[in-house]
Amino acid sequence: MAEAVETQVHPVAARLAAWDPSVISRTETFRGELTITIPREQVPRVAGFLRHDPELDFDFLSDLTATDHFPSEPRFAVVYHMVSMRHRHTLRLRTWTPGMNPTVPSVTNVWPTANWHEREAFDLFGIRFEGHPDLTRILLPQDWEGHPLRKDYPTEGHR
Amino acid sequence: MPTTVETAAGAAEAMVLNMGPQHPSTHGVLRVALELDGETVVKAKPDIGYLHTGIEKSCEAKTYSQAITLTDRMDYLCPLSNNLSYCLAVEKLLGLEVPKRAQYVRVLLTELTRIASHLVWLGTHAIDLGAMSVFLYCFREREDILKIFEMVSGQRMMTSYFRIGGLSLEPPAGWLERVSTFVEAFPGHLAEYEALLTENRIWRIRTVGVGVISPEDAVAWGVSGPMLRAAGVAYDVRKAFPYSSYEDFDFQIATRTESDCYARYLVRLEEMRQSLAIVKQAMAKMPAEGAIRTEAPGIIPPSREKMKTEMEALIYHFKIFTEGFSPPAGEVYQRIESPRGEMCCYLASDGSPKPFRVKFRAPSFVNLQALPLLCVGRLVADVVACIGTLDIVLGEIDR
Repeated sequence: MAEAVETQVHPVAARLAAWDPSVISRTETFRGELTITIPREQVPRVAGFLRHDPELDFDFLSDLTATDHFPSEPRFAVVYHMVSMRHRHTLRLRTWTPGMNPTVPSVTNVWPTANWHEREAFDLFGIRFEGHPDLTRILLPQDWEGHPLRKDYPTEGHR
Repeated sequence: MPTTVETAAGAAEAMVLNMGPQHPSTHGVLRVALELDGETVVKAKPDIGYLHTGIEKSCEAKTYSQAITLTDRMDYLCPLSNNLSYCLAVEKLLGLEVPKRAQYVRVLLTELTRIASHLVWLGTHAIDLGAMSVFLYCFREREDILKIFEMVSGQRMMTSYFRIGGLSLEPPAGWLERVSTFVEAFPGHLAEYEALLTENRIWRIRTVGVGVISPEDAVAWGVSGPMLRAAGVAYDVRKAFPYSSYEDFDFQIATRTESDCYARYLVRLEEMRQSLAIVKQAMAKMPAEGAIRTEAPGIIPPSREKMKTEMEALIYHFKIFTEGFSPPAGEVYQRIESPRGEMCCYLASDGSPKPFRVKFRAPSFVNLQALPLLCVGRLVADVVACIGTLDIVLGEIDR
């Protein structure tokens, strides 16, 4: 398949590795899309570098969401999709957080647009974003119980 | 439970006004909590979620093919764009190539969708600002487009016409004549709207210089689509990351630099002209004959004829409609340019017949977040103009 013949290192991954190889825990390419996994305590530093480094210049955060891998641990992955307006390259960044007290540092001070995305991930997955200015539910009522996009939440809801 | 707006320090006579959720100018069920000093907006806080139906959760309980019908119901003004983002994501995951003819039909119909969506925007935005007749004209032309959709898919709005690997049906005979009738007539209609609005004094007073956002802020806040292009950033997914053969088409990215409501109006008008040019090219380039769906046994349903004559095809047909198909484990991200901006589908598969996670990046959701930047410091009446030019669809925001 396409990913098997991919021998050369993606320039974005190469640039990040040249800056600090210790922040990359995993690099994968699937269908031509690059995914870099980083430890969650490195999120603010890496986000700042991706945003401000002139060679990477990821100024547009398209999306921020999460996936629930219940029952395996670490349970949640937070996924960031970003574009550089200048270089027109893209990146998927991923970080993992455990099922007990899931927290990830907020990136709202790097990309203001992350504000509502993080509120949505908090609302639907129950992941807390540390340093978020207003981490409240966004789609569901404030007094809702549970987080519907978790895999242990039934599709029909709790009756 | 009501959301409260904290009173700004020093504002002695601040009043909190709830705009919506039942208010015609909020285009659906949006509530904006406005903190006012006299008639000037001090703070604005959009409150969403009234239409949340858990579409992403429901997708996880459906097979890949079944989930298509849910995508129609997010942004009900451009169901075909939603279909496209989802189908392209599944096709990317499977590594499927779609026949050229189907790709051109997809381009043609999504560009018509863009025109239809911009027409609803123009009509409702004009009615918000007090111009009644434009609304009636826009809906007249939109009806022509919906009739074309009905002709090809059997549905005016919830089309579900794009399927994994191609289209659901062969377009009926005579549909291209219908499209060309529309294409012939539409430039005249556009001139009609322009005559009513572009130099209209009231229209200009209500929109020029209203709701300005800097290009830096627009990018930082993730604003996309006509909003971003009116701020002077020439980012269009059709050009930046072409999909569905957009690289075969010759068109311009409409941009302005004023970044106000009037600039967004001009950008959307120009986009309709560009869409029309793409529709014309698609008609000219479209192969008259050819498959509308790719061949992939076990993934794409076989043709009726094959199913009746070949044992294998019958088995595949049965399996596809009972348990679905299992794509490889992995994840893909598909960007498309919907009428409202960058619409993306993030699809994660664990190798089972049902999607592990489907996430739609709704452009309205992100654009609405920038509303306070547009309207703080301006009058309440300008909030109406600002919400109008955001071109939000609450069905897509709340999903």
